[in-house]
Amino acid sequence: MNASLNTWSDALSELYLFGLPIGLVIIAAVPLVFIALYALTYGVYGERKISAFMQDRLGPMEVGKWGILQTLADILKLLQKEDIVNKSADKFLFVIGPGVLFVGSFLAFAVLPFGPAFIGADLNVGLFYAIGIVALEVVGILAAGWGSNNKWALYGAIRSVAQIVSYEIPAAIAILCGAMMAGTLSMQQFNLLQQGEYGFIHFFLFQNPIAWLPFIIYFIASLAETNRAPFDIPEAESELVAGYFTEYTGMKFAVIFLAEYGSMFMVSAIISIVFLGGWNSPLPNIGPLALNDWTTGPVWGAFWIVMKGFFFIFIQMWLRWTLPRLRVDQLMHLCWKVLTPFAFVAFVLIAVWEIYVK
Amino acid sequence: MTNTTYTVIFYLFAAITVFSAAFVVFSKNVIYSAFSLLFTFFGVAALYVFLSADFIAVTQIIVYVGGILVLLLFGVMFTNRIMMTDLKTDVLNIVPGFILLLAITGGLIYTFLARADWYTGTVQLQGSVVEKIGFETMSRYVLPFEMASILLLLALIGAAFLARFDKSRNMNDK
Repeated sequence: MNASLNTWSDALSELYLFGLPIGLVIIAAVPLVFIALYALTYGVYGERKISAFMQDRLGPMEVGKWGILQTLADILKLLQKEDIVNKSADKFLFVIGPGVLFVGSFLAFAVLPFGPAFIGADLNVGLFYAIGIVALEVVGILAAGWGSNNKWALYGAIRSVAQIVSYEIPAAIAILCGAMMAGTLSMQQFNLLQQGEYGFIHFFLFQNPIAWLPFIIYFIASLAETNRAPFDIPEAESELVAGYFTEYTGMKFAVIFLAEYGSMFMVSAIISIVFLGGWNSPLPNIGPLALNDWTTGPVWGAFWIVMKGFFFIFIQMWLRWTLPRLRVDQLMHLCWKVLTPFAFVAFVLIAVWEIYVK
Repeated sequence: MTNTTYTVIFYLFAAITVFSAAFVVFSKNVIYSAFSLLFTFFGVAALYVFLSADFIAVTQIIVYVGGILVLLLFGVMFTNRIMMTDLKTDVLNIVPGFILLLAITGGLIYTFLARADWYTGTVQLQGSVVEKIGFETMSRYVLPFEMASILLLLALIGAAFLARFDKSRNMNDK
């Protein structure tokens, strides 16, 4: 297994056409195409359908059968929209904001392993990089909010940044618990360590009796980091119109949404890599029924990581229609007085378990 | 990657770092200066990668972009509204500034060229440095590490104390 690690991406990085490193461009294009496709299908259409079913509605039904072509129609509409830049907006920051935001969201995909055979860059500090690069998104949000020169946009941006910066702390400590269990920061090593013939038994979540605590803490914190409900106070429609992207229209608006869907998948992928085995199959080998062996391989790996990511995105959507929005003070209370102390407790307990019990 | 591509990418990042740093200094608008710092920090992080110091590169992004730059932007945005000052920087004290600039540049160049004892490693760095960094901070450099953490803890407690909502004083104000 080890010999075949990263074979596809290694082969691509060696690919030269006309003396140009076309392969490197393809490697970078794969996550981009993935984000676009998933945001179009599952992100927008799926979310609308799921939220409709949860509220006992039908959702989009007019365009195509079951409204399948609704997203395509929306994109066509967005492309035709006039690209409005406010007269009093800070032109430069207004234009650069969505770009920085999307780049920050997209850069994290460099270390995301799409299965055992494909990863952008197998860094030995991959996990550290993935949670650190979120900082760029923060700057993008601030640029968008300030550049709009609009009260609601600025409020939304400041709320969003305060929230992301605060929730980075419990999230990072929870991820550190996972790193302690693995003893590495490399994304592919995380996956390899959770490999085994009994499938899900080898996942870190089931390898340690306290692992559920950082798992839940990271999940809650990741909701806040991606501004999803119940932590969507930066774009609270009833108070702030639409938060930091109030003034955006057309493709800039679409880019902001693409960035949001990108980081939604990224946090879901991180939680599944750290705690739920990443691209490993959850099915165990039962005697002659070698389910695990049958569902392991480069293509299956890509299938599992994407499916695990989608599963967590589904839970994010589910929670959105279940829980009411938190108030700002409740949000900070939850972060600093609940999640952070529990994250420290989990950290100490896992350290004790790893050193003395295991 | 071939050597030429390597060199081209290196000079690209070096140029980004230098030009954005120059923009930070010469821009009249403080907000633009602060946003330009983003590119400077990223350029420096990229230069760390060229030195095989990937851990320091990521730390640079987390500490400087995620911490210091955001703090700086918040500071500029909030004080602007409270103090009602316009966010402009002007060129002041040209002659003393120029003399200081020359002195510092000269001193630095002299130190770099004549006095510095550059250490050049004979073996290429292999594998992950993260384990080594963790091991060294917890063994040989444990005292400086602990001192730095106590200092940071003190700063944190002090900041929390200063920013705390003071109930008794608020009562008196009413």
